[in-house]
Amino acid sequence: MPSLPSLPTPSLTALALAALASALALPAHAGNGKLLLTGGVSTIDGAAGGGLTPWAVTGSYATQGEWGGTAFVTGAKTGNYGLRVMGAAVAWDDRLEFSLARQRLDTENNLAPLGLPGLQLEQDIVGVKWRVMGDAVLDSDSWVPQVAIGLLHKRAKANDLTPTLTGPLGAKRSGSELYASATKLWLAPGVLTNLTLRVTRANQNGLLGHGGAEDRRWQVMPEISVAKLLSPTLAVGVEARMKPNHLERSVLGTGALREQDWFDAFVAWAPNKHVSVTAAYVDLGAIAPAVQPKRQRGAYLSVQVAF
Amino acid sequence: MKTTLLTALLLATLALPTAHAADDSLYRAWGGKAGIRAVMDDFVPRLKADPRIGEFFKDTNGQHLASQLTEQLCQVAGGPCAYDGPDMKTAHAEMGVNRAHFNALVEQLQVSMAAKGIAFADQNRMLALLAPMHRDIVTPR
Repeated sequence: MPSLPSLPTPSLTALALAALASALALPAHAGNGKLLLTGGVSTIDGAAGGGLTPWAVTGSYATQGEWGGTAFVTGAKTGNYGLRVMGAAVAWDDRLEFSLARQRLDTENNLAPLGLPGLQLEQDIVGVKWRVMGDAVLDSDSWVPQVAIGLLHKRAKANDLTPTLTGPLGAKRSGSELYASATKLWLAPGVLTNLTLRVTRANQNGLLGHGGAEDRRWQVMPEISVAKLLSPTLAVGVEARMKPNHLERSVLGTGALREQDWFDAFVAWAPNKHVSVTAAYVDLGAIAPAVQPKRQRGAYLSVQVAF
Repeated sequence: MKTTLLTALLLATLALPTAHAADDSLYRAWGGKAGIRAVMDDFVPRLKADPRIGEFFKDTNGQHLASQLTEQLCQVAGGPCAYDGPDMKTAHAEMGVNRAHFNALVEQLQVSMAAKGIAFADQNRMLALLAPMHRDIVTPR
């Protein structure tokens, strides 16, 4: 049984406190007019959605004419890596969402062969999302989904790997991803479906920068989520996220940094409009298979508070 | 030939809503009119007591509202009822109902449905029929 990551570092705590402070600074009557769970949960990138992929919903319980905020902590522990994320989002009018996230991947001793034992890969992500059309929940007599477009700007801090990453590997430290999401709740059967198309050239979601010496193409990657509501407070679901593979050929050898698609199966529980807990089983594929060939499967736990 | 085709099409079009109305499985799942009435009798006092939306119902006769809602839900659920009250647009015109108000009502309905033992799947089938009414009930911005 993998243990969950230890307490966040001071810098992450500071970010969370800043997020909390900004959320508390919202108007006292911050919105709670949306139905339970209809703001999704916090993705690892900070935007509202499932766990690994953003949805067309906006975070928080703010509906028409309201402001709302969320803050979250997420930990994932796979066989050989640990990921910690903290972040926050504010949303207005169930239309516009701003999000922040800070990720830290503990590579444990996997990079010791490269002389980088205990390396931490970090990145900061700022995001904005705009709901373009539709109502995923109430337009239950129509197949038209709720549609949103979003932008995620990511800046990686690869620490001692930086000279290699931005040098011979040819990746850029920062980069952006543009996505479009379509979310539809099939209300009668209580099934939610989401399709996201992400235009990206991020390596391992941006933790290894963007693009590579051999491949700088932008690619459109589909991401799919399906969830079933078991009660007003409980949902279960699965997600699949296709990923680019721009470091397939590199100075470390073909396939050394091969990237694989991500999958998860989750259960999300929102006992009220102030807190939600998401637990999942994740499969992140092999990460840097030249040094660690095992598929990275493990546990994921996320707690979100909403204002 | 052309006429036959046209007639067949017309008949098919006429047959569609009839076939839909013949499905009373949701009505039966709710325990018929008595079952719907039990939920509405629980629901209306909750609406009046809700601090977010109670104001809308303060001058409303609870018994009358419960009867009208029962007729309406019975009809949309495929039951043998004919709702003859005002249409949703007329009933809510100029009331200034927003999304948060509409969702507050849905939440109270969820509480009442659960309290009266309506299965979650049958709750959602009913909500799916009622939810599109937001277009007539919520005041456009």
